[in-house]
Amino acid sequence: MSDLAVTPLYDLHLELGAKMVPFAGYSMPVQYPLGVMKEHLHCRADAGLFDVSHMGQVWVDGPDWDAVALGFERLVPQNVLGLADGRQRYGFFTNDAGGIEDDLMFARRGERLFVVVNAACKAEDIARMIQALGPSLTVTPVEDRALIAVQGPAAEAVLAAQVPDISTMKFMDVRNCTVDGVELWISRSGYTGEDGFEISIPEAEAERVCRALLEDPRVQPIGLGARDSLRLEAGLCLYGHDIDAGTSPVDAQLTWAIQAVRKTGGARAGGFPGAAAILDQLAHGSDRKRVGLLPQGRAPMREAVPLFDSETATDPVGIVTSGGFGPTVQAPVAMGYVPTNLSAPDTELWGEVRGKRLPVRVASLPFVPANFKR
Amino acid sequence: MKFTEEHEWLLVEGDTVTVGITEHAAEQLGDIVFVELPEAGTEVSKDEEIVVIESVKAASDILAPLDGEIIEINDTLTDAPGRINEDPQGEAWFFKMKPADMSELDSFMSEAEYKSFIS
Repeated sequence: MSDLAVTPLYDLHLELGAKMVPFAGYSMPVQYPLGVMKEHLHCRADAGLFDVSHMGQVWVDGPDWDAVALGFERLVPQNVLGLADGRQRYGFFTNDAGGIEDDLMFARRGERLFVVVNAACKAEDIARMIQALGPSLTVTPVEDRALIAVQGPAAEAVLAAQVPDISTMKFMDVRNCTVDGVELWISRSGYTGEDGFEISIPEAEAERVCRALLEDPRVQPIGLGARDSLRLEAGLCLYGHDIDAGTSPVDAQLTWAIQAVRKTGGARAGGFPGAAAILDQLAHGSDRKRVGLLPQGRAPMREAVPLFDSETATDPVGIVTSGGFGPTVQAPVAMGYVPTNLSAPDTELWGEVRGKRLPVRVASLPFVPANFKR
Repeated sequence: MKFTEEHEWLLVEGDTVTVGITEHAAEQLGDIVFVELPEAGTEVSKDEEIVVIESVKAASDILAPLDGEIIEINDTLTDAPGRINEDPQGEAWFFKMKPADMSELDSFMSEAEYKSFIS
């Protein structure tokens, strides 16, 4: 356990009675005394507070925005240049085969780019950015700030009591707010399908800010367990599970995140790793797709459950990449990959659980409608 | 009541043993969302995996504590697995069995021994 890193909120987690587990090299709260199910339901009903300080926060700087944006576009298939100041986008680093190396959020802050990457990938991501963008652009990991998320229908009201003016923010807006001399970097986004905010806080102030938020009776701390079931119901990918170096954005049904300007015929078409493969798949389709899956019984179908096109078929046609019980759906839910010709909603498949073939139906994502403030 | 190292409780009434999981086990497992019970009439061997329970976190097996025959199951749990978290040592028993050899029960822990086992 001594090899694990801790976040600036570690002591607070212990005080709140969290059960701590190793995750991406950090000791992180998997649940609090409320438990995964109630934490999940509380977040959908009121507001949840998450510690996501293990994620990587990185600045990319250069002579001006055009240089920064065009540099970053060499790594991602997104329209970075066209991002308005104070706006954020979802994106992903691709590899030469057209697979996904990590998914991320990036935001324009004046002439600078602010990037948030997954904890498990951050060392590689930073190395990738330095190698591809240096020396003309500067890549600076932020080592002295915590990152928290406040998510749920009451998130706006809860945060507005601490940080005036955030009510005017829309989904994917980013803004700096100074409260009692402390600069907060706030984005209106998250990983739950609910309205909410992610807030970067100087590490020395993080515990105080969280305590103030937790004083509001609408707020409960939420661990990684409920974070996973919330994002699964929202149909959001978990890197290393639903997407990885061997899945393309087309396989993963993430083509909505590739803007027209980077596609064939666009002003800046291609120019990212794996562009040939990805643009070809965008034109001609891929042979498999990420889909939602609804097990028809009560048994959850978890990651690695093989999928078959009949009760007796010998060879699997697909695989579950994330699965569990959906507390809001009140039934098991899953995501996985199936052949494109078996990907239509309501297609009947079979998942093998403990040696038994159980019926499962392809379903559209998300399982729970998003509640963003557009 | 007797207790196993697998965190089961066994309530002996005549030649019948009622089996469930302890409060400690239910708390460790977290919110239980799925239970699969054996069929009444099944002959089972000690340490055979006869019940599957899944919590929001993971799947676990419950082992037969003794050789014997399953004579009754608590099928109300199948539709309401959350009852196992609510009353694991009472209403939410899993099955009743007739052990082949009642003397094997002597090897299990008393409540005091189980409490020190989990502490």
